[in-house]
Amino acid sequence: MKVSCEALRKVEEICKKFNNDPGELITILHECQNSLGYIPEDVQRVIARCLGIPAQKVYGVVTFYSFFSMVPKGKYPVSVCLGTACYVRGGDKVLEEFKRVLGIEVGETTPDGKFSLDCLRCVGACGLAPVATIGEKVYGRLNPSDIKKIVSEFDS
Amino acid sequence: MFINSPDALESIRQEAVKALSLREKSNSSISAEAAGLEKGTPHMQILCCGGTGCKASESAKIVENFHASLEAHGIADKVDVVVPGCFGFCEKGPIVKIVPDNTFYTSVRPSDVEEIVTSHIIAGVKVERLLYQDPGSGEHISDSKHMNFYRKQLRIALRNCGFINPEDIREYIARDGYKALADSLKRDSADVLADIKASGLRGRGGAGFPTGVKWDIARKFDAPDKYVVCNADEGDPGAFMDRSIMEGDPNSVLEAMMICGYCINAHHGLIYIRAEYPLAVHRLQVAIAQARECGLLGKNILGTCFDFDIEIRYGAGAFVCGEETALIHSMEGKRGEPTLKPPFPAEAGYFGRPTNVNNVETLANVPVILTKGPQWFASIGTEKSKGTKVFALAGKINNVGLIEVPMGTTLREIIYDIGGGVKNGKKFKAVQTGGPSGGCLTEKHLDIPIDYESLAAAGSMMGSGGMIVMDEDDCMVSVAKFFLEFTVGESCGKCTPCRIGNKRMLEILDRITDGRGTMEDLDTLENLAKVIKDTALCGLGQTSPNPVLSTLANFREEYEEHVRDHVCRAHKCKSLLTYSIDPVLCKGCSACARGCPAEAIVGEVRKPFVINPEKCIRCGMCISRCKFGAINVI
Repeated sequence: MKVSCEALRKVEEICKKFNNDPGELITILHECQNSLGYIPEDVQRVIARCLGIPAQKVYGVVTFYSFFSMVPKGKYPVSVCLGTACYVRGGDKVLEEFKRVLGIEVGETTPDGKFSLDCLRCVGACGLAPVATIGEKVYGRLNPSDIKKIVSEFDS
Repeated sequence: MFINSPDALESIRQEAVKALSLREKSNSSISAEAAGLEKGTPHMQILCCGGTGCKASESAKIVENFHASLEAHGIADKVDVVVPGCFGFCEKGPIVKIVPDNTFYTSVRPSDVEEIVTSHIIAGVKVERLLYQDPGSGEHISDSKHMNFYRKQLRIALRNCGFINPEDIREYIARDGYKALADSLKRDSADVLADIKASGLRGRGGAGFPTGVKWDIARKFDAPDKYVVCNADEGDPGAFMDRSIMEGDPNSVLEAMMICGYCINAHHGLIYIRAEYPLAVHRLQVAIAQARECGLLGKNILGTCFDFDIEIRYGAGAFVCGEETALIHSMEGKRGEPTLKPPFPAEAGYFGRPTNVNNVETLANVPVILTKGPQWFASIGTEKSKGTKVFALAGKINNVGLIEVPMGTTLREIIYDIGGGVKNGKKFKAVQTGGPSGGCLTEKHLDIPIDYESLAAAGSMMGSGGMIVMDEDDCMVSVAKFFLEFTVGESCGKCTPCRIGNKRMLEILDRITDGRGTMEDLDTLENLAKVIKDTALCGLGQTSPNPVLSTLANFREEYEEHVRDHVCRAHKCKSLLTYSIDPVLCKGCSACARGCPAEAIVGEVRKPFVINPEKCIRCGMCISRCKFGAINVI
């Protein structure tokens, strides 16, 4: 997928906003991901050029932190909590069921671009364990049998 | 509102106290009677929890409904809706509290709002069905102070959480906020530091290093630019105390950072916070903006020559960044890899400058230590661990939530008195403390008084305070594997013992849970764990084998059963399980077949069904569906 010239100009603007300071790399990456949804290679090269650092350094940081993604997320990003509290209350089974229903593995996006599946560690809603989030909405006290219905709400 | 002297602060406080008086009063004198506008109560307040947990259960909608309802009844001028931070009782969220009568409503739905307003707020009759019901006596408890969950707690770090509006600096000031700073600035910084040392406060992030000593070391290194860093990268899965403090009482963290800055002669503060905590970030941003606006951050604070300002830096999802050298690298825009100490950050930290790093909960204790005196703080707790500790109680326990107890409280008191015991009447098996760096403790450890030393002696650690209760349905080998998967995923890869050693340990655990393990594997596991503990570079690697070592020590027979008998007594390890339907007990109702996500169950209605083992994914759904107990698992 090619990134538009407009998007790349936006990236340059973001770098400039932080004075092209390499010390602000992580803040810049956060802003880029917020604005574009992901940080593909082309964007990383632009950032590297603006900040005057090697592209592999930017790549090294992007791949180090789980928050940054090099592939676009689905329209409805699904995150299943695998924190300890959710795990002991069956979060692993919820994840298995999401994988089965969506037909994708963790870190993937469905071919129609609708759903992407990720794990996260603790949203802090341990009282509702096991928990998953779809976009901003938190689903608590999940049972694997609920998943099909929840996904179908977004499918229509 | 500009505060340029201690006197100005005091006059703001006196003004702000009035707004809080309704809540303070309800805190001291308990009235069993419900207040109500028709009963002549002139003014009431509705406190509706605005923590992440309750927000997940639509508390924002509840607040919206309250506003709409009060407006519709024309009583919006007599009743305030306040959104404080977390009350701690997350199990029964969303929580709504009514003052002045201190009524504590639990599990409130947006649809309950109208009834609370017409019945309680207007007519003065409590909504009985929303009160907390004591599971033992069945009695409805109206005031949270009488609930077992709160009775044994002592809230110091959480003193303002669930009480003040975290987005209004005046409410913090009303609770003696910034008084410790004002008093400190009048004193010699060495004396203030001596107070912190005398209090015996130790780092709440896990390792328990004495805070005063840490500050003293940073103070000795002279440089034009020094930094105070707040470590808010709470990465422990299942621990959320730092988040709750930042969401519920952000100003206490800011004030403590300033006091630290004054003691070590630093003028820059940085808060390193996880990007996964949007609400905490927002509340900190609001608090910083308000503090700057009224001159509590910036130049010549409170009319003295002390300057201090605070900025927020964002993490990006890496557990290892909780380690202070890794955290500093991350703030510099690099990969968050730890480096060998010394040099300690106190000497060469952020961009080579002397840097002092403290955790959120540690900092939240600082202002109150100075206002109430170090002796008061040192009188709480055990000989070597002073004060209180916040724990995030979760897992198979009745009262999930955030609690704060004096050091020296036993695990039994926490789990059974405060936590209300194990969920669904199951048998207690283990409690995991310290997250991925800690260990699993058993029945025999329940009566040890909790402090840094006793937990370490028992083979676990304090860690940041996650406390996960497990019951007889949890397989301890799987639990060890769960934590190791976490560590393998989060290992930064810099040092070999952690990068490769943990991976090999995980492979062994995979084999064991898969029924392919050998007895030699258990010895290899133990040896590897000890080597990693001794040789890894940073805290993450050095503590990563703890879950394996502690389960091996306390539950060795479970490991042996997996290896020798191919049996998982908790029925967790799928490869060791076979599902079947008892043809005698099965009534042929088809509930299991309809619920089976793999469509592995077939049969005719009113005749026994059968499970196709090829298709069965061993999810256990049929067990939860079957009303006749006809599903066998062996």
